[in-house]
Amino acid sequence: MNVQNLNSFDPFADEGDPLGGNQDVGSQQNYLHIRIQQRNGRKTLTTLQGLPKEYDPKKLLKAFKKEFACNGTLVDDEEMGQVIQLQGDQRLKIVNFLTEEGIPKNTIKLHGF
Amino acid sequence: MAAEEPLFDPSLKKRKKKVVAFTEDPLGPEADPTTPAPTTIENTTTNGDVVDLGPTTLHEQMMRSQDGVAEKVDVADEVKEDDFKAMFPEGIKKKKKKKDIPMDFGEDASSASTPASAPTATEDLDFSDLKKKKKSTKKKAMEDFEKELNEAKAKDDAEEGELDDGEHLNDVDEADLGDDPFARNEAPAGIDSGTEPWLGSDRDYTYPELLTRFYASLHAANPSLLTSTGKRYTIAPPQILREGVRKSIFANVADICKRMHRQPEHVIQFLFAEMGTTGSVDGSGRLVIKGRFQPKQVENVLRRYIVEYVTCKTCKSPDTLLTKENRIFFMSCESCGSRRSVNAIKSGFQAQVGRRKATAQ
Repeated sequence: MNVQNLNSFDPFADEGDPLGGNQDVGSQQNYLHIRIQQRNGRKTLTTLQGLPKEYDPKKLLKAFKKEFACNGTLVDDEEMGQVIQLQGDQRLKIVNFLTEEGIPKNTIKLHGF
Repeated sequence: MAAEEPLFDPSLKKRKKKVVAFTEDPLGPEADPTTPAPTTIENTTTNGDVVDLGPTTLHEQMMRSQDGVAEKVDVADEVKEDDFKAMFPEGIKKKKKKKDIPMDFGEDASSASTPASAPTATEDLDFSDLKKKKKSTKKKAMEDFEKELNEAKAKDDAEEGELDDGEHLNDVDEADLGDDPFARNEAPAGIDSGTEPWLGSDRDYTYPELLTRFYASLHAANPSLLTSTGKRYTIAPPQILREGVRKSIFANVADICKRMHRQPEHVIQFLFAEMGTTGSVDGSGRLVIKGRFQPKQVENVLRRYIVEYVTCKTCKSPDTLLTKENRIFFMSCESCGSRRSVNAIKSGFQAQVGRRKATAQ
């Protein structure tokens, strides 16, 4: 019979340096970010960033375009990966759409004014 | 930001206009521009307003009716004396009849005093105008009386429990309603201690009763709580001027930063990241933002800033310090001592807007 409490166990064994590498602390990787950007006049752009891997951005874009009656495109960004970009302020519509598709609301972050 | 935070909850939508208090407003972007901007940004509860409402309203009710209670207690003491005089010399028979009226006042009186003080007071009374040999019968009478009081109290509480639910709803809508009749009735019962309704009966106490009891004893021990928490966290509304067609000027950014005890750089960085624009600070300390923005819009962004970087997540106090260690911002609360890291400000993806530079690819 051995006493488990006395085993030498390093709780941080497989953690490594918590700040090591380029991994940024407090990153918002798990969030879906919906942002808005002003263009000229009263025109705006809506961007959706951080889509989980299990969703196909192309199909989602197609659905967005049809549902919101707007144009949009898929932008490849070096850091952010693929970003869906839509014309006009579609933020709330995107949120509704995604939550109806079963994406939990607390993973969606709505930015902007 | 914590993962379990209710971000955009459509169920909150209906309450939005009515609750002026600064809550963790997930609906910032969809705020109705037709409603006038409140003159101050108020901060009461920053999280889980549904959860917090019970205690808060109780608290508020107590605060509101504090003066009323004080008056009532004086009156109640006199009435109580009379009642006891009227009641005891004649025996126990009359009690039933009179029960209802003195009951309430009795509660009021004991509400302010400690539980022990109620019986002693009555004994003093009894000594003054009754003889000692009656004491044994009187004790029995007292016990009976207490019992009845408890029963009646239990009944009252059951009724008040029902009233309570409506009451909370009312308070959600009209938190500043001063002359709420229900609140007046309920608050004294809330401060009541010593005549817990479950003492008389063999039923279990309920959560609301215990909660009421907790707040009663809390406020009995710390009377200052009732007055000090009335202070609200207010910030001047942002002054937005238009410079030309495509620039806005945020005039009182320095003032707001000072009130929030935050570095202007941090606030400005957050503003730019959230609004997806750029800008600069001009000579007189004003912030020039590229793009057109309404004061309401800037206010919404500021609210989010306050929720995320100013108010303590644990105790909701705005009295916090933001320090940077190892590239991470830490927020330490001055009032409760909690310390937590906050999210770094990231502007995220910025779409290409306007003309592309000729040099780009």
